[in-house]
Amino acid sequence: MTATATSARSDLSELGRSETALRTFLHGLPGVDQVGAEQRAAQLGTRSIKTTAKAQAIDLAIGMVDLTTLEGADTPGKVRALAAKALRPDPADPSCPHVGAVCVYPSMVPHVAEVLRGSAVHLASVATSFPSGQAPLEIKLADTRAAVEAGADEIDMVINRGAFLAGRYSEVYDEIVATKQACRDAHLKVILETGELATYDNVRRASWLAMLAGGDFIKTSTGKVPVAATLPVTLVMLEAVRDFRAATGRQVGVKPAGGIRTTKDAIKYLVMVNETVGPDWLHPDWFRFGASSLLNDLLMQRTKLTTGVYAGPDYFTLD
Amino acid sequence: MFEYAPAPESRSVVDLKSSYGLFIDGKFVDPADGGSFKSINPASEEVLAEIAEGGAQDVDRAVRAAREAYEKVWGPMPGRDRAKYLFRIARIIQERSRELAVLESLDNGKPIKESRDVDLPLVAAHFFYYAGWADKLEHAGFSRRPTSQHSGPNPQPLGVAAQVIPWNFPLLMLSWKIAPALAAGNTVVLKPAETTPLTALLFAEICQQADLPPGVVNIVTGAGETGRALVEHDGVDKVAFTGSTDVGRAIARAVAGSRKKLTLELGGKAANIVFDDAPVDQAVEGIVNGIFFNQGHVCCAGSRLLIQESVADRVLESLKRRMAQLRIGDPLDKNTDIGAINSAAQLARIKELSDAGSAEGAERWSPPCELPERGFWFAPTIFTGVTQAHRIAREEIFGPVLSVLTFRTPAEAVEKANNTPYGLSAGIWTEKGSRILWMADRLRAGVVWANTFNKFDPTSPFGGYKESGYGREGGRHGLEAYLNV
Repeated sequence: MTATATSARSDLSELGRSETALRTFLHGLPGVDQVGAEQRAAQLGTRSIKTTAKAQAIDLAIGMVDLTTLEGADTPGKVRALAAKALRPDPADPSCPHVGAVCVYPSMVPHVAEVLRGSAVHLASVATSFPSGQAPLEIKLADTRAAVEAGADEIDMVINRGAFLAGRYSEVYDEIVATKQACRDAHLKVILETGELATYDNVRRASWLAMLAGGDFIKTSTGKVPVAATLPVTLVMLEAVRDFRAATGRQVGVKPAGGIRTTKDAIKYLVMVNETVGPDWLHPDWFRFGASSLLNDLLMQRTKLTTGVYAGPDYFTLD
Repeated sequence: MFEYAPAPESRSVVDLKSSYGLFIDGKFVDPADGGSFKSINPASEEVLAEIAEGGAQDVDRAVRAAREAYEKVWGPMPGRDRAKYLFRIARIIQERSRELAVLESLDNGKPIKESRDVDLPLVAAHFFYYAGWADKLEHAGFSRRPTSQHSGPNPQPLGVAAQVIPWNFPLLMLSWKIAPALAAGNTVVLKPAETTPLTALLFAEICQQADLPPGVVNIVTGAGETGRALVEHDGVDKVAFTGSTDVGRAIARAVAGSRKKLTLELGGKAANIVFDDAPVDQAVEGIVNGIFFNQGHVCCAGSRLLIQESVADRVLESLKRRMAQLRIGDPLDKNTDIGAINSAAQLARIKELSDAGSAEGAERWSPPCELPERGFWFAPTIFTGVTQAHRIAREEIFGPVLSVLTFRTPAEAVEKANNTPYGLSAGIWTEKGSRILWMADRLRAGVVWANTFNKFDPTSPFGGYKESGYGREGGRHGLEAYLNV
């Protein structure tokens, strides 16, 4: 394997130079059998995580939350409150970990940066004309640069789904490369919008495309289309980052986003990470949840485990 | 590391008695000669209960009870009324499924997630499915038209069915046997395996709960001699057996020349064939499910893996990585993937054949795993560098042991897959639909799975070619085994 991995390493860096090479590579990836992938995801969902394992999973999940608000109605006051919550999710319990990041629109970044300055909580901004990505490239790149300059250290970009579905892989690839450059030191999360890609084969190809182009994370969804993160889609993406690391030596993170609302859901994802890619990915640097209401459910379950009683929703801040 | 804390299913739902009698004519009775044996938990070697050992006299009593019930009650009963009993039994099985699943795992050693998510749902599904047939038997013949539209007679039940079932899926095999027999109007005497009689005895209680007329279902526990007395009994019209090919042969000899109709579902050595264009991750799941499901105690297990040479290294690497994730241990823990081997005798057989594999030069590999000290355990194992001449490629191991062979062309895959005395099942993994059909036409196996493995459904016929037996169970085909069509 070492010999093939080394030779594969040099081959893969050349792929982006030609549309034909990219297409040949992406279409040469093993297919995904839909029934089998969904069955495996469902099986992993039946794991029973109780007591100490549950406590460990809840704290891990809290640290992995990208606490998100992406509304037209967002205001500086609202995002500052969210940032304060990110730092201390449970004001009553200082042992509760902080979340992974706060995720907002570019115009809100400066307000969040004020609150998070000096903390270990990351500041993520969506960019590239989120959520549709339907803007000229120059505007998408300007959007990205502005977010980074305002203080974002993580950028969540959207791929050009129209180009991807039309088979213009180079165009998608080049946009990701250009966005990565515009990010400078900021981490780039590439949103595949799997709900629009329709097949698991497409999800696998888009995952590889994003990784080949330099994405630091691959992310399922914007949360703005009807189908967001699902367990089988995340499974296919986890398999892709696992195989990508085996082939290139580079580790890429995964972020399911949208529709993950309960502790039970979050734990299913963690079990899937554990049994698909292993403990190397069980860290906020490598796995995140894009979510908003999930955090309060995690906090309620955490309180239940430590105190033995359920506290009502009124005991947890809304944002 | 993310360690899963123990998550044991509670045993308290099961009300085990210290001893069980034979279920004859609707009542639990003591055996005529008073013999008994013990059923143990293979995961701990703890004795679960004392079980009555049925002798020739008890078998005779059971067959007479079944005959009387057949002639006076069950045979003459309209199909729609028989259906009511079967539907009632199916519903009680669903209501008591947790109890049955826990008991099955205790007695058999299989993980609770399998008894809960596979065995029990299928058991209920079989009773529901055949309950639906009971009043539609005029459609059960070979003609596409119901018998009322042509001159042929309505399909008739055979009479008393003697049924002998194995220990790998105790309650599921009971349902495969009893549901179609009863739907067709037969009565039964069933002998469960001596290492796993408990769920059959709980099923007897369910028959009482459902007010099934006495004698329609009789359960006589015991070992080989009890089974022999049953299949050789003159009052039996039909023999159905699931188990080893050796015993199947002996039964075929014993009933030869008699009026008894016979179906046999015997051993297997199935090929699971992975082509270079297979969906690799799902194929690996299918390989694992094919051989490690139920500790490999599956007659249709995919025990010979045939991989196309060009992807062999890649598939094996993925397989080994996946096998390292398998969790072995307490069958009642909800996170256990592989439970206990059913008996000391079976464990010895698996060890003997595995040792033969090493001695004949195949390369053995198991993931690092700790096995419990008490009970019967065997780590999931694969052998690479296996040739068709090795014993582990020819003989049924009936354990978590996979023999890996390679092939270069589809024709070679067919040749190797068919080069076995067995022919129960086969699996094909490829994204190419035309190749699936081409292969399925040429594989001499009763069931061919494409891009899946070990999938069962009551509507689908199941059975073997060659030394894997004859007759079919499941679907409309399964009724033929219990009717004169």
